[in-house]
Amino acid sequence: MQTNQIFMLFCGILLLMGLVAYFAGRARATGVRASGTAMYAQPDQYAWFAVLATAGPALLVSALGAFIMLLLGATIPVPYLLAASLAVAAAGLLVGIVQVRPDFHARQAIERAIRWVLVSAAMISIFTTFGILFSIVFEALRFFQMHSFWEFITGTVWAPGNSFLAAAGRADDAASAARFGSVPLFAGTFLITAIAMLVAIPVGLLSAIYMAEFAPRRVRTLAKPTLEVLAGIPTVVYGFFAAITVAPIIVNVAGALGLDASFNNALAPGIVMGIMIIPFISSLSDDVINAVPDSMRQGSLALGMTKGETIRDVVIPAALPGIISASLLAVSRALGETMIVVMAAGMRPNLTANPLEEMTTVTVRIVAALTGDLEFESAETLSAFALGLVLFAVTLSLNLVSVLMIRRFREKYRVNNL
Amino acid sequence: MSQSFDDISAQLRKRHRKSARLKWFSMGALGLAGLFLVLFFTDMLNKGLPAFQQAQIQVQVDYSEQASQIPLAAVEEEVRDLVSRGFLRTIPLRMKNDPELLGVQRSEWVLADGQVDQYLKGHANKLRDDARERVDRLAAEGRVALKFNTTFFTRGDSKMPELAGIMSAAVGTVMTMLVTLAIAFPIGVMTALYLEEFAPDNRLTQIIEININNLAAIPSILFGLLGLAIFINFFGVPRSTPLVGGMTLALMTLPVIIISTRTALRSVPDSIRHAAFGVGCSRWQVVRDHVLPLAMPGIMTGSIIGLAQAMGETAPLIIVGMVAFIPDVGASFTQAATVLPAQVFTWSGEPDRAFIEKTAGGILVLLTILIFLNATAVILRKKFERRW
Repeated sequence: MQTNQIFMLFCGILLLMGLVAYFAGRARATGVRASGTAMYAQPDQYAWFAVLATAGPALLVSALGAFIMLLLGATIPVPYLLAASLAVAAAGLLVGIVQVRPDFHARQAIERAIRWVLVSAAMISIFTTFGILFSIVFEALRFFQMHSFWEFITGTVWAPGNSFLAAAGRADDAASAARFGSVPLFAGTFLITAIAMLVAIPVGLLSAIYMAEFAPRRVRTLAKPTLEVLAGIPTVVYGFFAAITVAPIIVNVAGALGLDASFNNALAPGIVMGIMIIPFISSLSDDVINAVPDSMRQGSLALGMTKGETIRDVVIPAALPGIISASLLAVSRALGETMIVVMAAGMRPNLTANPLEEMTTVTVRIVAALTGDLEFESAETLSAFALGLVLFAVTLSLNLVSVLMIRRFREKYRVNNL
Repeated sequence: MSQSFDDISAQLRKRHRKSARLKWFSMGALGLAGLFLVLFFTDMLNKGLPAFQQAQIQVQVDYSEQASQIPLAAVEEEVRDLVSRGFLRTIPLRMKNDPELLGVQRSEWVLADGQVDQYLKGHANKLRDDARERVDRLAAEGRVALKFNTTFFTRGDSKMPELAGIMSAAVGTVMTMLVTLAIAFPIGVMTALYLEEFAPDNRLTQIIEININNLAAIPSILFGLLGLAIFINFFGVPRSTPLVGGMTLALMTLPVIIISTRTALRSVPDSIRHAAFGVGCSRWQVVRDHVLPLAMPGIMTGSIIGLAQAMGETAPLIIVGMVAFIPDVGASFTQAATVLPAQVFTWSGEPDRAFIEKTAGGILVLLTILIFLNATAVILRKKFERRW
């Protein structure tokens, strides 16, 4: 018999036992109740308890078995495992039926079980974080066993080209030795992020000021969701836009100015990424500016300041922690952005400050390292995890700082809806 | 030194001009953002709309014995290089499946070659001059025309632009999203229920909350690394499949669903909980019978928005291998598949210029679906939103 069939059979039997448990439990409870004895719970609740006692432990046993097989590599034949869990189910069924007693709190037992299910669901998000952390750290450590951490952080040459030779044990040729210096990648990432911020922060912040301070209500209710559309467009679409439409325009403009621009220049992905990020900044800044208490505006206007001066000298300084927090979130978003740079920026690591030249970023190299035909053990593949680790650390700290800033703002002005 | 009234009013005028300038500047910024949006959509429509039309040629197809051996012989010499090779290639198989076709001669509209298509649309193409003359003549006779491109919606990927379609990617997207929803929706709602309705305010709860906010801000590509290292390498989930893609996206969508569900739960007023407790409901009964049904529209809205976000995501799927050449529509969750944004990415890397149009066409389909999903979410919110 096939594993699939065995599995179907197992599910069928378990379902059948659950049905038996439900109806037997219900019948028994109704019987007890009909005899005139007062019970703590309703017949339905006894029935559900019986179902829970049957299926819960059985599923736990099979899940545990599967986990042990995966983790410890022990081989438990699947039919035995499923048979064992069916035996547990039968025992559970018996317990469930026997427990139909007037003095048993079936409802409380069910609710305790439900609570545990909810707690374990909540733990999954923690497991996800740890999963990301462990998978990255573990593979990154393997990378740092092959190549020094110091060279990775300070090296200026990223040439993973021949690492497959090293993986094959033929790294004797010094000329072809792979080098993993990540400085050019981070330089490219930060340059493109800086360009994006140069576009996003002025446009986003000024839009927020207009929406919060000047715009009539109708414009405001229309403009905010329209800006949000920019955030909802998939990044792969922005990437296509940057590569096919924006990059040629930049090359033409640069050519007209007598400059030489590459088609994979850093400006195109930077600008398009900036457009994508505008709503992140405008939306949060708008909320923050709206949360600045009106008494501050009134005080400033009463002293004879113009509206512009009030905004510049009173409202914006008060909202500054929130604006900085929004900008930091935007920076973290730009650093981790992948598709736009994969499609529009170059593949060649290039340490330069000229945005018209081709350069590459951390995320591009991660994608390049993991989409090739290299085997997983090679240094180039593992280098993706080392880069991922740095990316994780940087974005995590940016997020934490951003959260702290917004919390300070919230406490200062006692706003609760941010 | 004292100032005259004139000086002061001049100064005042200057200050007011400055204030007005800020207004115009900020209005301009908003206008600029709007302009980007308009430019973007015009550009996509310009590039993508032609993809929904495809050149077809009316030819005399001769299903002879010879054609079943050498498909080229089925059409007249004049149009041999203008007809799609993909059509010619299927002739022997069609004749094998349908023996009555043998000996039939009839006039049919068949797919033209991708280059003819590009020539008719006025794009760059590799058609030779004599071929162009023939196309022009046929067009004048009405035997070459642009017709609605059904191929694009009914077939999978192909290396020939005239045969490439989005069907396999669309099916892949549906399957991946099913996996994502099946995992993320129950877990997300249960987590939010626990945090809002059951959890005591202790250290563990705070850690879970901070953690969820953090997960929402982690770059999506790192979820791809998790999928590769844990799901594929550790648990042995098959690579490139809707199963592993869906699981990876589920973890990414989880924080979105949790956060929106919590907001929805919080907007249910406490008086309802108090009333239910007052008549003797247990905590779970309060949640199941009163809070959850009232919060359901908000939860659905949040989930649809999360789904739309996951649907447009590409980076983590590249890492788990879902960017693949998939010519056939997949049938199971453990078969290699691709999704719409990944298909867009694949096509954008094709050197043939004809694929630019396909890419933009795929983008238009993707954007249409996303706009439809988001509009559904907005309508749902508008319709069921209750102010307490």
